[in-house]
Amino acid sequence: MSYYVLLFTMIVASFLFVGLTMIIARLISPSSSNKNKSEAYECGIPTQGKTWMQFKVGYYLFAILFLMFDIETVFLFPWATIVQEMGKDAIFGISFFLFILIMGLAYAWRKKALEWK
Amino acid sequence: MYDFSIITTAIDQFLRSLMPSGLAIFIECVLVGACVLVAYIVLAIIMIFMERKVCAAFQCRLGPMRVGFWGTLQVFSDVFKMIIKEIIDLKRTDNMLYNLAPFLVVLSSVLTFSCLPFAKGMEVLDFNVGLFFLMATSSFGVLGIMLAGWSSNNKYSMIGAMRSGAQMVSYELSIGISMLTLVVLSGTLQLSEIVSRQSDAWFIVKGHIPAFIAFVIYLIAGNAETNRGPFDLPEAESELTAGYHTEYSGMGFGFFYVAEFMNLFIVSGIASTIFLGGWMPLHILGLDGFNAAMDYIPGVVWFLGKTFFVIWLLMWIRWTFPRLRIDQVITLEWKYLVPIGIVNLLIMTLCVVMGWTL
Repeated sequence: MSYYVLLFTMIVASFLFVGLTMIIARLISPSSSNKNKSEAYECGIPTQGKTWMQFKVGYYLFAILFLMFDIETVFLFPWATIVQEMGKDAIFGISFFLFILIMGLAYAWRKKALEWK
Repeated sequence: MYDFSIITTAIDQFLRSLMPSGLAIFIECVLVGACVLVAYIVLAIIMIFMERKVCAAFQCRLGPMRVGFWGTLQVFSDVFKMIIKEIIDLKRTDNMLYNLAPFLVVLSSVLTFSCLPFAKGMEVLDFNVGLFFLMATSSFGVLGIMLAGWSSNNKYSMIGAMRSGAQMVSYELSIGISMLTLVVLSGTLQLSEIVSRQSDAWFIVKGHIPAFIAFVIYLIAGNAETNRGPFDLPEAESELTAGYHTEYSGMGFGFFYVAEFMNLFIVSGIASTIFLGGWMPLHILGLDGFNAAMDYIPGVVWFLGKTFFVIWLLMWIRWTFPRLRIDQVITLEWKYLVPIGIVNLLIMTLCVVMGWTL
């Protein structure tokens, strides 16, 4: 059996699992409506101001850094599988790439992009 | 050694002899899906019970004792309670995303779970790019968490989701690099192949010091990836009520809870697969009688034994160390784990290419 059939099966199975359980839970659970119950729970105090607004930029900076380095690990995976066949050439082949990767990290460090602000 | 594929091929041939092949494949798919989901739920229940007992033991308590023998039925009653709890529809949430989030979180953990090789021939998804697929599927659990936090329209959820996003995304890098170190040693990405190449010695023994450093990095990063232990600031109870799932009630919360525990299982399962030999029995070179005796223990027992050992290690860490601050979490990852990981990868490459044994 092809693995893609199984992959599709697992996707469908997990969606059915969550969906059916939610439907069953909704059928057998009690429900009563109340104005205060459907408010956001912020420790009992009435909500102040908006939630969907501009957020601290620090989180996005790390997302960008992650994007850069994760793509580079993606490039390293095919190399890692053939290191044993390539022998010594593998080191020469990847050293330039890793050099740029490490320089990038060093640059980000120097520019204080790794500090939490 | 027991080969599970004998049973699966027997079932396959039996079904094909009864009905056309399309229907047979359909029934097999249903069977596989049902088996994986049952295993998923049973393991989650076992792990919730284990967490309570281990946590209690570390705090010199007894843990749940009243319901059933040694509190074994406590978790079942909790699951039942979770199902019959009211699901509250909130007024100001982004309804579609709010309901979609549990689906994504569970989808991510079920897909990763079905990649794990439990025994010989007992893996559901066994792609030739298995480890890569694992990384890809585990990374969209973050999406579900971000959606849950954002769509709840609650400031605590939002802060929790943002912290969780930054943390999980950062630590995925270290997980990737420590996996890469082991891929260099094994030379393949297929999980079943990785396990079968450890028949003479587990990779943590074969890889000597670099493999051990990679194992430690993997454990730290895996712990952060599951939002547990000293890295549980996305759901720091004392400051953020419950983090990204504050607004979920009843089964909606239940799915986040189960997925979190199963992510712990998956992280430990991958650790035991790529570092500790998966379902491979313990073999010591030269002791033939001992090796033959070890072969009689089924692979599932080995796999689950190693996995629960790693889970126990992570629980020990969780209940021992105090919580880190967000800047400490980020510093630990970017200034320590990533550089150490890259250098470790280079050392491992040198060891493999030059044939050094440290």
